[in-house]
Amino acid sequence: MIERLRLSLFALLSLLLSVQIGFAAGGQTRLATLVQQLGADDFDQKIAAVGELAALGDPRVVKLLQALENGDLYVTKDKKVVLARQDGDNFATSDPISGAKIGTATSDDIDQIIVNNRVREVIDAVLGTLNLFSPSRDDRLAAALDLVKHPSPASVPALQKALAAEQDAEIKQDLTLALAGARLNSPDKKMQLAAIAELAGSTDPAIFSILSALHDSGNLDPDVRRADESALAAIAQRLQLVRIGMTLFEGLSLGSILLLAAIGLSITFGVMGVINMAHGEMIMLGAYSTYVVQQLFVGYLPASWLEAYLVVSLPVAFVVTGLLGIALERSVIRFLYTRPLETLLATWGVSLILQQLVRTIFGSPNKAVDNPSYMTGGFELIGGAFITWNRLVILVFCFLVLGVLALVLKRTSFGLHMRAVTQNRDMAATMGIPTARIDALTFGLGSGIAGIAGVALSQIGNVSPNLGTLYIVDSFMVVVFGGVGSLFGTLAGAMSLGIVNKLLEPVSGAVLGKVVVLIAIILFIQRRPRGLFALRGRAAEN
Amino acid sequence: MATTFWQPVRADDTIKIGVLHSLSGTMAISETTLKDTILMMVADLNSKGGLLGKKVEAVVVDPASNWPLFAEKAAELLEKDKVVAVFGCWTSVSRKSVLPVFAKDNGLLFYPVQYEGEESQRGVFYTGAAPNQQAIPAVEYLMGKEGGSAKRWVLEGTDYVYPRTTNKILRAFLHLHGVSDDDIMENYTPFGFSDWQTEVAAIKKFASAGKKTAVVSTINGDANVPFYKELANEGIKATEIPVVAFSVGEEELSGMDTKNLVGHLAAWNYFESVKTPENAAFIKQWHAFIKNDKRTTNDPMEAHYIGFKMWTQAVLQAGTTDVDAVRQAMIGQRVKNLTGSWAVMLPNHHLTKPVLIGEIRPDGQFTVVWKTPKPVPGEAWASKYLPEDKGKVANWTFPWVCESCTTPTYKKYE
Repeated sequence: MIERLRLSLFALLSLLLSVQIGFAAGGQTRLATLVQQLGADDFDQKIAAVGELAALGDPRVVKLLQALENGDLYVTKDKKVVLARQDGDNFATSDPISGAKIGTATSDDIDQIIVNNRVREVIDAVLGTLNLFSPSRDDRLAAALDLVKHPSPASVPALQKALAAEQDAEIKQDLTLALAGARLNSPDKKMQLAAIAELAGSTDPAIFSILSALHDSGNLDPDVRRADESALAAIAQRLQLVRIGMTLFEGLSLGSILLLAAIGLSITFGVMGVINMAHGEMIMLGAYSTYVVQQLFVGYLPASWLEAYLVVSLPVAFVVTGLLGIALERSVIRFLYTRPLETLLATWGVSLILQQLVRTIFGSPNKAVDNPSYMTGGFELIGGAFITWNRLVILVFCFLVLGVLALVLKRTSFGLHMRAVTQNRDMAATMGIPTARIDALTFGLGSGIAGIAGVALSQIGNVSPNLGTLYIVDSFMVVVFGGVGSLFGTLAGAMSLGIVNKLLEPVSGAVLGKVVVLIAIILFIQRRPRGLFALRGRAAEN
Repeated sequence: MATTFWQPVRADDTIKIGVLHSLSGTMAISETTLKDTILMMVADLNSKGGLLGKKVEAVVVDPASNWPLFAEKAAELLEKDKVVAVFGCWTSVSRKSVLPVFAKDNGLLFYPVQYEGEESQRGVFYTGAAPNQQAIPAVEYLMGKEGGSAKRWVLEGTDYVYPRTTNKILRAFLHLHGVSDDDIMENYTPFGFSDWQTEVAAIKKFASAGKKTAVVSTINGDANVPFYKELANEGIKATEIPVVAFSVGEEELSGMDTKNLVGHLAAWNYFESVKTPENAAFIKQWHAFIKNDKRTTNDPMEAHYIGFKMWTQAVLQAGTTDVDAVRQAMIGQRVKNLTGSWAVMLPNHHLTKPVLIGEIRPDGQFTVVWKTPKPVPGEAWASKYLPEDKGKVANWTFPWVCESCTTPTYKKYE
């Protein structure tokens, strides 16, 4: 049905392109009638109206259809279609065609015109073809890409015309592909073969889908069938390569998230030896700090600054969780340094308290942390390899955090003291290092980094009181596997776990994959109890 | 934190009911709201003079998202607090864990969540949807013209009993409609799963075979937010690959940025956006009770609303809170549901419910794009689709009186 509609749309549009239709006097009233028809209860009638509206060739139609898609068109009690925008508790209504103000209405007076996916698809198709000749490059590119995915013989004239006028190389390439796709079902065998040859060079799953649809359509000329099959095989092979590359990226991305979650723990557990069950809650508090900062931005700062909230959240989360970490160390953990079992129980208790505290303050439902525009969407690297911004940013960010931490440990006097205290406490104390203060600061640093991880994790997952429990097991796994006390080990552990997980998932499924990884780690720890990169020296002995 | 809120009161003055919802742990996100719903209904009833001249008192316990603890807390409610009805449970595992307790202690349980069916216990009233009131109509919608005539199906779920059973029924249903196994992809992930890259890529790949593809999601709980974030970021549009969810409602969406999810679907028996006088009054009452105008209402809340009203009606009709009398009086109770039609308690302890399909709006609410013309009676057994369910009858009225029999228990008295 949609395909047929697309066909008739293109037919109408190409008619428009060849013959310039002047506005007849009747055009105006026809427009008004069609706008009224948009308010019909039946989706078929709405779709018919959208199609006819597009064919009118009136420049006001684009705005009108956008309003319909965005849900700004309403029907009043006396069945008139109006444009309405929320204005406080009421709606300000205006005429959908002229934009002239009508008045205000309450939500009981007007009903929104409902569009479903089917109507939306038709609107997108109409706007898409109209956009083929838009002055904006982005609009044209989107329109061209849409036509690659939905080829139709009727679009050939419009495409030819657009191709002749187009200057931009990238759009030109997409238009050529779209044209080839549109000619794929042509009755002319030569044309068909040429189209297949054109398409065979692409690495786009959409093209693969079009070619396999042709293959399934049956009743093909043997030559065409053969050409189609070899084109499909060639594309499938390239897609396979892309898939392998993508699996590696997915593994690295998962690894970067594991790494972020585990870096803080590699300090509190890895360096200090505190079995810190409240580590996950530090991550959770970091995520909630992000939420609070976002709410403050929404409440007190101009809307244009909102995008910056994520950057501001980083130091805020670090300070909040860092201070909490120091308080925790001073009030609980320092009394338990020689008793690991009690530390485990005490920090677990703290984690439960923190969870319930957050639940009491913020409530148990998830909190919405919006993704700023630089963390939304993604880009297509090459056919089918879609890289999302949030994952890319987090990948880079996790290396930044790791790098800064390594610098602090290796190049600052605090780092030197920290290493001295953890390697030989008594000796460090005799050298005049304030060991108790260093302990508190180290624990604060580990907690602060967990808080920063929370900021990043708020961008890919949910912000809820039990956020921390989702990451605590993975964090310990990474640190133990990588080698307790080694930053590099944590990096290697996180990345290898991420990649192995992603390699296993398509084969064994996510559930079994997790089980396999866990068993593999247990076996590995049996062979090498100190993990991948064991610390050597005196500290490692006790 | 203390979780038992009851004060010792003289038993004669009050009617005690139990609230068995997790207030901590993974499920607290969803279940806390249901506890508040019951407390709101109780407060409302008491402000109107109570029931049979007595005040109703809600005994709240916290089973902490811990399935065995559900059974312990249920026993505590029934044996120690002597409650006459319990409103509770969310996940099917928690419900399965309390069933033996309710059977042994002769208790009444009102279960407010859509579930996988294949059950009808003597002491349980299922006020949420059975599969034929949610899953099957949703798939029928996507198969139809309005839903985009989907030909290929991805069944994506969390790994536990509800998604697995639902997908078993759906697969049988799809087979009946001529969909071959090649066109069905079934995949499960653990509870709380957060890295959806591989799954979303697999969905994209499966959808590139040249046929219209739809995703049926029985993903439950925390895993939904990262799933939808990945979908949105990878640019999967509802017009290309629609995703219909059975466990995502207004409450879950309130924690998400829905601008990029417009058009993805959910099937429920209630949406907050439905305009009826009953619904408007309910939302107003909820906002006043919870003291927050931003809080949403959702389908399981409506189920508790219906369940609680039916229980009060049954108590009034029986003239007593005696469990056996109330259970008999429950069947046939009618309550106007919040979307305008009537909910009737059927002999199989399920309700009649309208089925609504909603598309996600940018503001986190749903637009109803389709609904059944009449309320659909709930079916405990998927007799039409599963061979092992063939001929099974759930009926708690004479002469059947059984959960799953093929001949009536009291046939000889007829």
